Amino acid sequence: MIVADKKPIEEIIEEIKDNQNILILGCNECVTVCEAGGKKEVGVLASALRMYFLNNGKEVKIDEVTLERQCDHEYLEEIREGIDKYDAVVSLACGVGVQFMAEKYHATPIYPGVNTCFLGATEERGLWTERCQACGQCILARTGGICPVSRCAKRVLNGPCGGSTSGHCEINKEVVCAWQLIIERLTNLGRLDDYEKLAPVKDWSSDRAGGPRKVIREDVQQ
Amino acid sequence: MNVKTPSKLEKILAAGHLAVTSECGPPRGTDPEVIVKKANLIKDHVDAINITDNQTSVTRMSSLAACIHLKLLGLEPVLQMVTRDRNRIALQSDILGAASFDIHNILCLSGDHQSFGDCPQGQNVHDIDSMQLLQTVRHMRDEGKFLGGDEIKRPPQMFAGAAANPFADPFEIRVPRLAKKIAAGAEFIQTQCIYNLDKFEEWMRLARERGLLEKVSILAGLTPMKSAGMARYMKNRVPGMDVPDELIKRLADTPKEKQAQEGIDVCVESIQRLKEVEGIRGFHIMAIEWEEKVPEIVERGGLYPRPEVD
Ligand code: SF4
Ligand code: SF4
Repeated sequence: MIVADKKPIEEIIEEIKDNQNILILGCNECVTVCEAGGKKEVGVLASALRMYFLNNGKEVKIDEVTLERQCDHEYLEEIREGIDKYDAVVSLACGVGVQFMAEKYHATPIYPGVNTCFLGATEERGLWTERCQACGQCILARTGGICPVSRCAKRVLNGPCGGSTSGHCEINKEVVCAWQLIIERLTNLGRLDDYEKLAPVKDWSSDRAGGPRKVIREDVQQ
Repeated sequence: MNVKTPSKLEKILAAGHLAVTSECGPPRGTDPEVIVKKANLIKDHVDAINITDNQTSVTRMSSLAACIHLKLLGLEPVLQMVTRDRNRIALQSDILGAASFDIHNILCLSGDHQSFGDCPQGQNVHDIDSMQLLQTVRHMRDEGKFLGGDEIKRPPQMFAGAAANPFADPFEIRVPRLAKKIAAGAEFIQTQCIYNLDKFEEWMRLARERGLLEKVSILAGLTPMKSAGMARYMKNRVPGMDVPDELIKRLADTPKEKQAQEGIDVCVESIQRLKEVEGIRGFHIMAIEWEEKVPEIVERGGLYPRPEVD
């Protein structure tokens, strides 16, 4: 899933403080799982903002809505009626949802309420970690199912680098060295010989480097 | 033995001499005198001088520019190049630039992470890794082609090297990793600083058993300790460093004002012992900001005078 983190409330207030009618718009997908932008967080943020405006003697109306998804036309349509009464929307969806909103509702200012962080997983409640950078050419088959693109601080494809120490990455003792994991995994699979196969220079044109990406599937297009 | 490049370092190794290299860090400014002065301290005692590439991710004068200053003095530089800061276009371009100044040695590295340096908020590149940089150098030299496939007019002639850490984790791949670097094109290896000689000799034995030492020249890396404090710091703070407790004790048991000299003695003793290890082809003496001690180490290590080759 896409993992996001809450933005500091001061940053949100700074963006919206001059508005009278504000919609806080949550999303029921990834940001709900990572507890940054679901129904619960919409409620918490709305209450905090109401309190702030009240304390500052401002009359501001704040509504709360949480959609099934913000990265989907169908669900975004649900708020078409009534969107014009808001002079600002704070979207707690990932960056994709925020942009889809902006593309759909041209006349309504929209502000991000979370920082979109990475593609990752819930390791335990309150701890999310990165697993993929969507490089567009998955090489997990060669690396025992552990991704050096997203999990090695240097994206080393023939690792580890010289900084790997007792299983930790050189950048921080709290970070596991991806290549330590890869080697352990290859060992467990009885495939350590594969370690010596040189990974060729990677084609990054399907990564961020190639510009905005697109997947076209004619077979499912109508 | 045949040589493939005009590199003096390659010729010395091919002639069967023990090579001696050292390194200099470029200044954090534009004064070329800094590099000239450091080089002059060691030039008669080493065969080639590595120039570090923004080591520990601290911004400095470029390695290539500093190498050119050495070249202008008639010295033999080893261009260190990290894959952290440049993509494949810039790396290939700098290789051509270096070769245009007849810089004939390159050491391919990934580089420390930028979080250690003065620009921790910067991006890193890592378009290719250090093994792939070795492949690139060899491809440009041996095939005369760019990575993109086009032909290079007057291809670069560079003797290709890599670093190796005989003490690195995970231990299972210490020797396989060396094999991989050789397969990628490494012709010489400068090792991480060696303090645990027993462990290093064990690594050499395993490499020898795999037949790797016939394919690559190993230069044993040595850094003299200035004090017991430095030894402790290296042990506890520097990733991938193996400093035995006996060494720390030996330095700590020496009066403070004599610890530096003791550190030099340790370094000289290491050279004397490692010279006898089968497959050792030379020494890489990294006396960090202590270049003036290199001549003493080389002389007492029995590595002076340096051989002449043409
Ligand atoms: S190799 Fe690429 S696609 Fe596969 S997990 Fe890593 S970043 Fe994601
Ligand atoms: S220590 Fe491991 S994870 Fe960290 S940069 Fe080096 S190879 Fe990558």
